[in-house]
Amino acid sequence: MKTNIVLGVIGADCHAVGNKVLDYAFTEAGFQITNIGVLSSQEDFINAAIETNASAILVSSLYGHGEIDCRGLREKCEEAGLKGILLYAGGNLVVGKQDWESVKKRFEDMGFDRVYAPGTSPEEGIRDLKEDLKQELKKIS
Amino acid sequence: MDALLLIDFGSTYTKLTAVDMENEEIITTTKALTTVESDIMIGFQNAYSLMEEECKDKNVKFIEKYACSSAAGGLKMIAVGLVPDLTAEAAKRAALGAGSRILGVYSHELTLREIRNMLENKPDIILLAGGTDGGNKDCILHNAKMIAKNVKDVPVVVAGNTKASDEIEEIFNEHGTYYKITDNVMPKLNTLNVEPARSAIREIFMEKIINAKGMDGAEAFINGILMPTPAAVLNAARILADGTDEEEGIGDLIIVDIGGATTDIHSIADGEPTKPGAMQIGLQEPYAKRTVEGDLGMRVSADSLCQSIATRKIKKFAPNLKYNVQERCQYLSEHVNKIPETDEEIEFDEALSMAATEVAMERHVGVIESMYTPMGKIYSQTGKDLLKVKYLIGTGGVLINSHNPEKILRAGLYSEENGKYLKPQNPELLVDKSYILSAMGLMAEKYPDKAIRVLKKHLTNVSYNRRQRHGA
Repeated sequence: MKTNIVLGVIGADCHAVGNKVLDYAFTEAGFQITNIGVLSSQEDFINAAIETNASAILVSSLYGHGEIDCRGLREKCEEAGLKGILLYAGGNLVVGKQDWESVKKRFEDMGFDRVYAPGTSPEEGIRDLKEDLKQELKKIS
Repeated sequence: MDALLLIDFGSTYTKLTAVDMENEEIITTTKALTTVESDIMIGFQNAYSLMEEECKDKNVKFIEKYACSSAAGGLKMIAVGLVPDLTAEAAKRAALGAGSRILGVYSHELTLREIRNMLENKPDIILLAGGTDGGNKDCILHNAKMIAKNVKDVPVVVAGNTKASDEIEEIFNEHGTYYKITDNVMPKLNTLNVEPARSAIREIFMEKIINAKGMDGAEAFINGILMPTPAAVLNAARILADGTDEEEGIGDLIIVDIGGATTDIHSIADGEPTKPGAMQIGLQEPYAKRTVEGDLGMRVSADSLCQSIATRKIKKFAPNLKYNVQERCQYLSEHVNKIPETDEEIEFDEALSMAATEVAMERHVGVIESMYTPMGKIYSQTGKDLLKVKYLIGTGGVLINSHNPEKILRAGLYSEENGKYLKPQNPELLVDKSYILSAMGLMAEKYPDKAIRVLKKHLTNVSYNRRQRHGA
């Protein structure tokens, strides 16, 4: 059975190209993608993940509001019964050229499992996701 | 004449209000010290004798008698949820709106230590929430089990994930816990639904709490103790703002209630952003919102007030004050029946009340923050925007007895220097001179049209003086 994951672009962001690239790459890699597309709210991500029984939520943000848009996503996942679901974020998450380590730290503090800097190739994310899912499997068994 | 008798069993005073039902007028108000330790009816009888004395020439016949109560510590509650910012916060807001005093808010899986801690202050009701409908079930089930096993004789209102209700019923039935299941306080993410939980809390208050507090004696004389006093105030606020079937309401309003132990703020308003382009973030706010500041009060809490608020802030309101602020606050908290007499004592009390108003309003209203993005400056708003609220109403001993109620209320208004707090900018300032808000909240249960007309007649507009002075 294929692993379900939810993919989308958060907030008032309508950058669609990267979203299509990720959809293609992760599908090719064997995942069952539910792509909720651009202009998606946190609630849209969570509802899609509940309905499809997803193992991970992949959040893209290209317009610099990523930090504001992603705040509280982990907490909401918990209320919605998605305890421990994998959360990834990537794109141009913040405005300007900020120190990457501090940006990464801020997202990890928000409860994201993986955070990707601008220009990361999809392969890196795919490799990480496979690895993380293997770890999850070990935890259960 | 036919009259209505409205009783407020307060923590210090039992206050009576007699209303002429035909002419919709207040006949008189009296008060006497509350006697909850011995028999609550002694204090009531003392106040009632005073009332009979005042009414003896008027041929008053009381057709009905209703009461509200905050005696014996008020309605003490514990709120339990899953995530602190979400269902735990929603549960807290529901409990506050029901007129309770919150002893503690707990989140995630309860531990035995937390249960012991929550029982120490003898709560009257536990509100159990957690999970959206169809969302997380594990947490609320765990907490229901912990409560069922370890808590005896505290009724529980369940307002969490409705999909967990079958299991919860089973758990509570098995252990003989008294409970009521109602709709979820947060049925969907960020959607608040506090009314069903509020009414369940009130039902339990009427069924159980009155007896537990030794107030069942009162029920023989009066037709019912309907609600906790703060719920009555919120009820009055709501009727006054929204209007009734026959009468128009006055629109959005805020009530500042400064007491000896707490400062309460009630707001009736949507609180939608008024600044163009501001985004609302965070949990939805209740339309009728009450916040209670347990550390801000004029007497019992004077000590904690001066710990919470910097001395310079208190001094700002009375620059020529001779008192040492901390010593005076300490003194007041030990002499809770102290009535200010000299000009200096009065000035100090006013400064305290202004500081309490300022800070309580800051904690109640929403906050706006600006952020820079590639599209320029944007604003995010957390909480209610009350900039355009039309009325600010003051009640509570210090405001009612003050010669400067306007000055005290002004401390709760918007200021440029603290511009992030969305406090009202230019409201009309009203004072509850005859101290009838809670009585009218009670009366509104059965006679809403009459209650709103009495309210409109008896709230005194104190912003009038200011406009005259400025020639506007």
